[in-house]
Amino acid sequence: MIDFSRIPKKFIPLSFLMLPQIVLGEKSDLNMPVGVTEVSKSIFDLHMLIMWICVWIGVVVFGIMFWSLWKYRKSKGAVPSKVDDHFWLEVSWTVAATLILVFMAIPSTTVMIKAYDDTEGDINILVTGYQWKWHYKYLEDNIDFFSNLSTSQEQIDNLVPKGEFYLMEVDEPLVIPINKRIRFLITGNDVIHSWWVPDFAVKQDAIPGFINTAWTNVPEPGIFRGACTELCGIRHAFMPVVVRAVEQEEYDAWVVEKIALAEEERLLTEKVWSEAELVERGQGVYQVNCVACHQANGKGVPPVFPALDGSEIVMNDKQRNIEILMEGVQGAAMQSFANQLSEVDLAAVITYTRKSWSNGQGGDDEIVVPKDIVEYKNKADL
Amino acid sequence: MSTIVETHDDHGHHGPAKGLTRWLFTTNHKDIGTLYLWFSFLMLFIGGAMAMVIRAELFSPGLQIVQPEFFNQMTTNHGLIMVFGVIMPAFVGLANWMIPMQIGAPDMALPRLNNLSFWLLPMAFGILISTLFMPAGGPNFGWTFYAPLSTTYAPDTVTFFIFSVHVMGASSILGSINIITTILNMRAPGLTLMKMPLFVWSWLITAYLLIAVMPVLAGAVTMMLMDIHFGTSFFNAAGGGDPVLFQHIFWFFGHPEVYIMILPAFGIISHIVETFSRKPIFGYSSMVYALTSIAILSFVVWAHHMFTVGMPLAGELFFMYSTMLIAIPTGVKVFNWVATMFRGSISFETPMLFAIAFVALFTIGGFSGLMLAIVPADFQYHDTYFVVAHFHYVLVPGALFGIIAGVYYWIPKWTGYMYDETLGKLHFWLSFISVNLTFFPMHFVGLAGMPRRYPDYALQFADFNAFVSVGSFIFGVTQLLLLFIVIKAIRSGKKASGEVWEGTKEWGLEWTLESPPPYHSFTVQPEVK
Repeated sequence: MIDFSRIPKKFIPLSFLMLPQIVLGEKSDLNMPVGVTEVSKSIFDLHMLIMWICVWIGVVVFGIMFWSLWKYRKSKGAVPSKVDDHFWLEVSWTVAATLILVFMAIPSTTVMIKAYDDTEGDINILVTGYQWKWHYKYLEDNIDFFSNLSTSQEQIDNLVPKGEFYLMEVDEPLVIPINKRIRFLITGNDVIHSWWVPDFAVKQDAIPGFINTAWTNVPEPGIFRGACTELCGIRHAFMPVVVRAVEQEEYDAWVVEKIALAEEERLLTEKVWSEAELVERGQGVYQVNCVACHQANGKGVPPVFPALDGSEIVMNDKQRNIEILMEGVQGAAMQSFANQLSEVDLAAVITYTRKSWSNGQGGDDEIVVPKDIVEYKNKADL
Repeated sequence: MSTIVETHDDHGHHGPAKGLTRWLFTTNHKDIGTLYLWFSFLMLFIGGAMAMVIRAELFSPGLQIVQPEFFNQMTTNHGLIMVFGVIMPAFVGLANWMIPMQIGAPDMALPRLNNLSFWLLPMAFGILISTLFMPAGGPNFGWTFYAPLSTTYAPDTVTFFIFSVHVMGASSILGSINIITTILNMRAPGLTLMKMPLFVWSWLITAYLLIAVMPVLAGAVTMMLMDIHFGTSFFNAAGGGDPVLFQHIFWFFGHPEVYIMILPAFGIISHIVETFSRKPIFGYSSMVYALTSIAILSFVVWAHHMFTVGMPLAGELFFMYSTMLIAIPTGVKVFNWVATMFRGSISFETPMLFAIAFVALFTIGGFSGLMLAIVPADFQYHDTYFVVAHFHYVLVPGALFGIIAGVYYWIPKWTGYMYDETLGKLHFWLSFISVNLTFFPMHFVGLAGMPRRYPDYALQFADFNAFVSVGSFIFGVTQLLLLFIVIKAIRSGKKASGEVWEGTKEWGLEWTLESPPPYHSFTVQPEVK
């Protein structure tokens, strides 16, 4: 047994106070991240201030309560008092509570005004939530791309060991320069999503038909990881946000490279594709975009996600097959990929599904080339 | 004339009918109260089993037990069942049992309506739960069913869900009408409003809240129905509609609903604290004013659930201030409970233990609620496990502990037998420890950044989630003990006196009746001085 009487009395309250400090210290994984921006730091300070006020109110109220329970217990022969009301006591604790709240409201309002600012940024980025990925469009440079989860389905299904950034990694992060005012214009394509980067203290709902704004100004380079925080369907947990903040020069170089890549991609549509090339490319597209629902073996999860393996449409109805990818399926989870994938990727992934599993033998063996997709688009425009 | 009097006498002495018809056709407030309580107990285990599925899946990262599609159905139905199938019916059950006895009435004012409002409930939940067995699966869009996830993107079974919500709403409205009518018309002579027991007060206010907001919920689901089947676009942006409108309507219902789920517990706790402190409640009138203020404020705080939808600055600040104001009446209630204990003569029977835990743990939920009211900080808390921790603190050691405390407090009155005190204390300590093991770590996981409604999560959250899951399994199993204790108290036990607890006759009419009370409670109206 520990002899409590030998601990100097003054250390007892001290050690009690140290405990939350240790648990909730700045470097702790158990507290709100301090973040890197001015706003996130002031929000952290505000959070700590409010929390400590609550802790102290709790200590006082619970202290009095437990002391009363101990002191006035019936087993010690306590006799109940006859006093059951006291006007000025009621008034004074009402006033005290009000004053504490006013004291809390002042810094909260200041921080809120600082965080709330929808003026134009140095760089303006349109963030669109899709089921279940993010799309980023740089309004000044006309760059745009999707950002998909890059953790493999095998890791999620516990077939292989999980990586360090399990469910917090994407194929293509958002890239922003440091020390620039970045304004995010946030919207949703299908259902409501919410775009959150804890280190920036930015969380804003991505709502179809609305464009919300948020902003940040990141003072240091780094990789910052966030998540979707509004329930958006089956893959809600699988559409993380990753932002890479870089020096201005690196950012400029990235922009040039992205523009060149986009041009290259455009030229690919003109190219004559062989079946083998399409299948190879299509497999990659399938892994990123389709595997979550239709599964790696093409069996799907019927009835919610139909099987592609052995599907009559995939094997023998090329036109309907293209149509489904372009338009989605009304009333089902299948969405339109017309604006999400390039013509090449659409052709490649359709070809891949027509050639894979048992479909290669069982079907009409037709492939889809980028030109088919362009033709479909032209026809649809009429 | 004399024949009429005789017939009346016969009527006055009849007991319950025999067999199943007693329960199907009963118009007796106690029988209906019992039905409500058993129904809610059954739902507790169904909703609890769903929570166990959720916690089993979240025990470690990766998908191992259920797929995300089913996981979402579990979170959604767990929420719906616990809110509409457990907490609310349990409070209505307690109201049915206790209100006529506390105001000195023979029964509820509208006994046939009472029967209807109960029997609507099994139908509503039968429909809801049956959707889980349909090919398209049950509702999977969260208990808050935000459009367009719940309209354009919902499974086909959403129509059953909508119908089920309509039926639940009808049941609540009918129940509330009955409660208000009973309280306003059937009080014993001398029992003025400002002398009414606090449980009756809390239910009077709750019933008004229900009548005010249940039609709003019905409106929301009707608009969903129109969007899904009749081509309207209330919530469909592509048709010129507004998905945020749904949230405004939902939370205009939803926030008063939050208080519907806690106010009756305030009433129960007040009675228990005064009984076991052997001292009348401190500041009775300020308790009544606090209840009223909370109810009124509940109509002007709804958008604090929506701080991240992109409201203008003025809107964000308004809802922050109005939400902070709620801390004042709530604080007053806590101070009054503590002041009742102060200089009392306190004993620690099971109901009191649950009541003390309620005061402490509900207050912790109140603190996290205050933190969530601070808009800029809410940008970080919103939709994380911090919110899950917050509302489970007010609903489990809050509302549910309030109900359990009420059951322990009144079950000797209902059955005529004392429950087993040793088992009761065991049940309390197991529940108290496991409820904190379950919900306290959720604060930290949430602050560290784990969003809610996730079937799978990043590796840094693994340890705490395993911990939370273990806590929840203990809590779940512990509630089977409550079932055992209740059954034991119905079948056997020490005979309970009319007063049950020491000195209660002085401050409650229900304690002047014998235990168990006669079938028609007060056949002669008591006089209150």
